[in-house]
Amino acid sequence: MKKIVQIENVGQTFDTKNGKFVALRDVNLDIREGEFVTLIGHSGCGKSTLLNLIAGLTKPSSGSMLCDGREIAGPGPERAVVFQNHSLLPWLTCYDNVYLGVERVFGGKEGKAKLKERTHAAMALVGLSHAEIKYPHEISGGMKQRVGIARALAMEPKILLMDEPFGALDALTRANLQDELMKIMAATGATTVMVTHDVDEAVLLSDRVVMLTNGPAATIGEILEVKLEHPRNRLALANDPHFVECRAAILEFLYQKQLKKAA
Amino acid sequence: MTTMTMTGDAAMASPQDSPLDAPLRPPAPGAAFPHDTQAPQAVPQPGLAASSSTNADAEWLRKAFKAILPPILGIALLIGIWYVGSAGADARIPGPGKTWEAAVALFSDPFYREGPNDQGIGWNVLASLERVAIGFGIAAAVGIPLGFLLGRFATLSAMVNPIISLLRPVSPLAWLPIGLLVFQRADPAATWTIFICSIWPMILNTAQGVTRVPQDYLNVARVLNLSEWKIFTKILFPSVLPYMLTGIRLSIGTAWLVIVAAEMLTGGVGIGFWVWDEWNNLKVEHIIIAIFVIGIVGLILEQCLVLLAKRFTYETP
Repeated sequence: MKKIVQIENVGQTFDTKNGKFVALRDVNLDIREGEFVTLIGHSGCGKSTLLNLIAGLTKPSSGSMLCDGREIAGPGPERAVVFQNHSLLPWLTCYDNVYLGVERVFGGKEGKAKLKERTHAAMALVGLSHAEIKYPHEISGGMKQRVGIARALAMEPKILLMDEPFGALDALTRANLQDELMKIMAATGATTVMVTHDVDEAVLLSDRVVMLTNGPAATIGEILEVKLEHPRNRLALANDPHFVECRAAILEFLYQKQLKKAA
Repeated sequence: MTTMTMTGDAAMASPQDSPLDAPLRPPAPGAAFPHDTQAPQAVPQPGLAASSSTNADAEWLRKAFKAILPPILGIALLIGIWYVGSAGADARIPGPGKTWEAAVALFSDPFYREGPNDQGIGWNVLASLERVAIGFGIAAAVGIPLGFLLGRFATLSAMVNPIISLLRPVSPLAWLPIGLLVFQRADPAATWTIFICSIWPMILNTAQGVTRVPQDYLNVARVLNLSEWKIFTKILFPSVLPYMLTGIRLSIGTAWLVIVAAEMLTGGVGIGFWVWDEWNNLKVEHIIIAIFVIGIVGLILEQCLVLLAKRFTYETP
């Protein structure tokens, strides 16, 4: 299958007051087209750092990163990001927030009517057609995150990058959005990399779970393939032997091999 | 809900009201608010609805009482002190009564003109406001763009900051002679003084606003790959606006403070000149009236900007 993102020997060091801090080292990972990959690990292990590297928001200190065969030189709409805190602009309506990205990506080659149609379609995809004229502070946290997803998907990115998108939500809303996300993924087939610290979420959504070792100098510890058919159903999976097995494998990695000493 | 319906009914019924209960109704502005109206009490209504709305009214009255009473007490205290201070036989300050009489006389004809040095208080206030508007307007036109530049370009900021730090604490009146020297006339000199003293808060607050634009929004701009113009109109300007408005509010306050002093020195028409003129005429009660007028105009300017700022303040995550 076609490789969308290729990460080779990537390392990331930051200059801090106390000298150099090695956040990531020797990261090698290929992300294939249509695949859903989650990055999981203890907090501070560099999951978000790796995601920011793919997004192009930061540049790696060493190694090479390719997206669709081309060097990742900076951020761009073909690698859309769903931010942890949604980052919707509070002075624009939900519709205008989505339109901003649509206009940038397709404005050069398509008419106004087509751009509007795309925006409406994206809002419909996340089930928020009724909230288009609302401002971000008028809707719930879960809805904001859905608008964030709509904004990212409306740009038709090659890859969707999600940085703990459901981290700030309560458990019920999170489960709802996970189901919603699975439907959206089934409909669009978007290639996705998602950062999470939720084991169930990782297994439920992913084709592959990438487990990172503890920082500093974190790297990929294990990669787990989740061989479950899509579409998945969280209730049916609860007792599925492979689901349980995957879950146990991740837990073992996180809590035995990479036990984080109490800070 | 019941209250709302009843208010609506009461408001709609008003043209055909019986002459009996019409005088009991409060003046029109109150009728716009559901809890505001006295109508349900004035028109006896049977049953629960009436009593619940009476409760709501009582609640509203209690709240209004709580909000209004302390300020009234404070002002009463001020007037009391003023009264006692001006009560003695050899008191030099006119008392509240005398000042009130003078104010009534003064405001009965605020817009008269009898020569360049004898004009109504209305003209004087308007003349001062005009000077403030021009000086402040130019300061805003220069200061706000400069603030954006300083916030965006660190080198420029490092270059200009020492100059600002040096000039900002200078008393505005020290600039007046320079204005007189350059412009050769009193009026532009006063405007110049307003300009120079009201520009600093706008530069500094705008610049600070630019450096405080949340990184998240800038990341959004980078991921969406927005053009510089879009970044400015959709991200930079809206997030800086609240800071900018704070700067404008501080600037207007300073400008209004300074205009009185500047006009005392430059003369002409204006509230500051008027104060000095009345001092020369030894009409002390007019000076006290001027103090109140200056205070009230300043308060109104400030409140307008507070309202404006409220309109443009966004809840940030």
